[in-house]
Amino acid sequence: MSTDFETIEDTRVGLEQAGYLAGESTALVSFLAGRLGKPVLVEGPAGVGKTELAKALSRATGRELIRLQCYEGLDEAKALYEWNYRKQLLRIQAEAADAGWEAVHDDIFGEEFLLSRPLLSAIAAEVPVVLLIDEIDKTDQEFEAMLLEVLSDFQISIPELGVVEASTHPLVLLTSNNSRELTEALKRRCLYLWLDYPDLERELEIVRLHAPELKGEVARKLVEVIHMVRGLDLKKPPSIAESIDWARALLLLGAEEIDRAMLESTMSIIVKHRTDLDVVAERVGAKLQDGLLEPSRQAG
Amino acid sequence: MASSSPPGKPADLYGGVERPGPPGMAPRLLEFADELRNEGMAVGTSELLDAFHALEQVSWTSQVDFREALAATLAKSQEDRRVLELVFDRFFFRAVEREAVEHGLSEERFDGAERLDLDELRELIREAIREGSDGEMRDLARLAIAAFGRQGEGSGVIGVDVQRIRRTLGLKGQSAGTELPDPDSVPREALKQFEQHIRRELERQLIERTQSLPPAKPLRELDRALPSGPSQDLAQVHRVVAQLKRRLATQGREQRGRRQGAVVDVRRTMRASLETGGVPLRLRHRPKRPRRPELYVLCDVSTSVTSASVFFLSVLHALHDSFRKLRSFVFVERISEVTDVFERERSFDAVSRAIATDAGVADVSGYTDYGRVWLEFLELVVDDLDPRSTVIVLGDARTNGREPHTAAFAQVAERAGRTFWMNPEPKLYWNYGDSVIKVYEPHCSGVFECWTTKQLEVFVNALTDTRVPAAP
Repeated sequence: MSTDFETIEDTRVGLEQAGYLAGESTALVSFLAGRLGKPVLVEGPAGVGKTELAKALSRATGRELIRLQCYEGLDEAKALYEWNYRKQLLRIQAEAADAGWEAVHDDIFGEEFLLSRPLLSAIAAEVPVVLLIDEIDKTDQEFEAMLLEVLSDFQISIPELGVVEASTHPLVLLTSNNSRELTEALKRRCLYLWLDYPDLERELEIVRLHAPELKGEVARKLVEVIHMVRGLDLKKPPSIAESIDWARALLLLGAEEIDRAMLESTMSIIVKHRTDLDVVAERVGAKLQDGLLEPSRQAG
Repeated sequence: MASSSPPGKPADLYGGVERPGPPGMAPRLLEFADELRNEGMAVGTSELLDAFHALEQVSWTSQVDFREALAATLAKSQEDRRVLELVFDRFFFRAVEREAVEHGLSEERFDGAERLDLDELRELIREAIREGSDGEMRDLARLAIAAFGRQGEGSGVIGVDVQRIRRTLGLKGQSAGTELPDPDSVPREALKQFEQHIRRELERQLIERTQSLPPAKPLRELDRALPSGPSQDLAQVHRVVAQLKRRLATQGREQRGRRQGAVVDVRRTMRASLETGGVPLRLRHRPKRPRRPELYVLCDVSTSVTSASVFFLSVLHALHDSFRKLRSFVFVERISEVTDVFERERSFDAVSRAIATDAGVADVSGYTDYGRVWLEFLELVVDDLDPRSTVIVLGDARTNGREPHTAAFAQVAERAGRTFWMNPEPKLYWNYGDSVIKVYEPHCSGVFECWTTKQLEVFVNALTDTRVPAAP
């Protein structure tokens, strides 16, 4: 079971069944990642479904998802492996006093005393997994350099034990919000996928997929409003997840129509800054009131 | 046929048709990679190998898959991606046309042009553009050209012909501001695509007529430059600003993380020493705070550099959170403060307009007078300047032959902690003609070229960097 998808179309369908509507390039890159065994670097604005792609891939392929959330100051001990210091101490104390140095030494640096962290778990897994290295741009360059061995050869060197090589090929996704330029060395080892906000029709499909009970016109209008809000100069534009949340909220409220009052009472779901709230209320709210957002076919 | 022409024979029988390299896919891809490198993309051998492996996995007959496979393996940033798409279109269009000329192929012309009803065609095209169907647009583009050919001869310049055809068809893009759609207008993006098709078809006809390829034009550097005119794509500007914002927002954190400061934090050191029985084995340092400078920005807004300056100012204001205090001034012949214009207006457009009309820029003669500006600036802010403040000047230092008043500038620079000069002209033109940047340069902490977004980013990074020494 080295590759799970036979064709690009398979990939797309598989992802769709896992609840992820993939664009052409997304499906193609996911397919290539499985075939070529290369990691994928996914970049794009926050909230376009970069992390979700990894989750969907894991669901679609039936592989376990191992996630490494990156943050400033993340180091080897938290990403690769760590020696279980306490257990080693106990082991030494439990040893009879006359046990030789050699015996104890060999003993305490065994796999039993190794705490494996996400990267080691992914490499050492018996069955292939999906490895998600989330927000790689949050770490520093030293950590990136450390990743190179893992990503190009799928192996980890542990000085006391030797090299742990992957018996199965994990499907690796790295996500980045592009808040820092990643090193060339890392980029060279990856396939590159840029995810952007979907266009109106695709987002409508996504919303319908996740909130199928919402009425057609309401859903369309919701997506139109979201797109308009993204067009404004906001501190944080609404993500896809937030449009889905909004759709669900409207569903709960039993909204029949998105008008100004409805927008103002629920807009905190899609806009998360006080100044942004003002801008949206002013710009979008006014348009809703004037009925300018009515679909053109009704106007004709 | 290719076999009929001996290998040594020059190919320019009909003009400039380049010789193709050795036959096959691999040489074509290498040529393609070469063109990418010429446009400044770093394409390494390992990427090329990946591309070959990827192409083994996808169908070559689907253009989308083919292009995406190349993009995923060769282009490693969004910028690269854009370059790749442009080069891809150019390269494969030329490759196909070259083959066609080599083999003496020509297309059947549509000859029912006189029977075409222009109104009907107009409706069809509008329909196709709204639907956004690519194939249909291409067919209709041909029909439109045929119909246009009947109306009169082309101007010979493809760009002009494209616009003429568009106007004859009465196609208008939806204007961005109004939400009420004009029934005759069509989506802007799709219209652009249609124009692209017309351009393609016209180029194809031209190549067929002359039996030679026009020279390959490099992508204009302007594509990647700062906005130089009011018509520049605003979305692009916003993307750049959004990007800068994000990078700056994370920057402070990055420095607080591992790169520790030099000051020992006694409390945290004591706390850490508890682990080792009260012996302070590990020193804890107080983290460095990111520098939040006080900024004084002076922008030349004379016609030669207006857009760059206004863009620059709007970037700084968008980044307002990163600065403790920001005051902006614009000048032509005299100086005036525009800080509140930026606080009031949110859109780049509105700001440009406001500055152009009512910011009170004393623009008497329209000629920049740097000397006078320094004198006035000194008078305005002399009491506020202190070693924590940073003065940024954006201008081309072209004094139109007037007195530069270097002494006044030196005084400003001396009172402020740092003084930067951003010159929107390429370095090549500095000190040429009436540019006097060299007399100001000794007083600045740094003089930067600033005519691409990349350079701008480098500068903004330097500005907020804690590691930059305060004075030269």
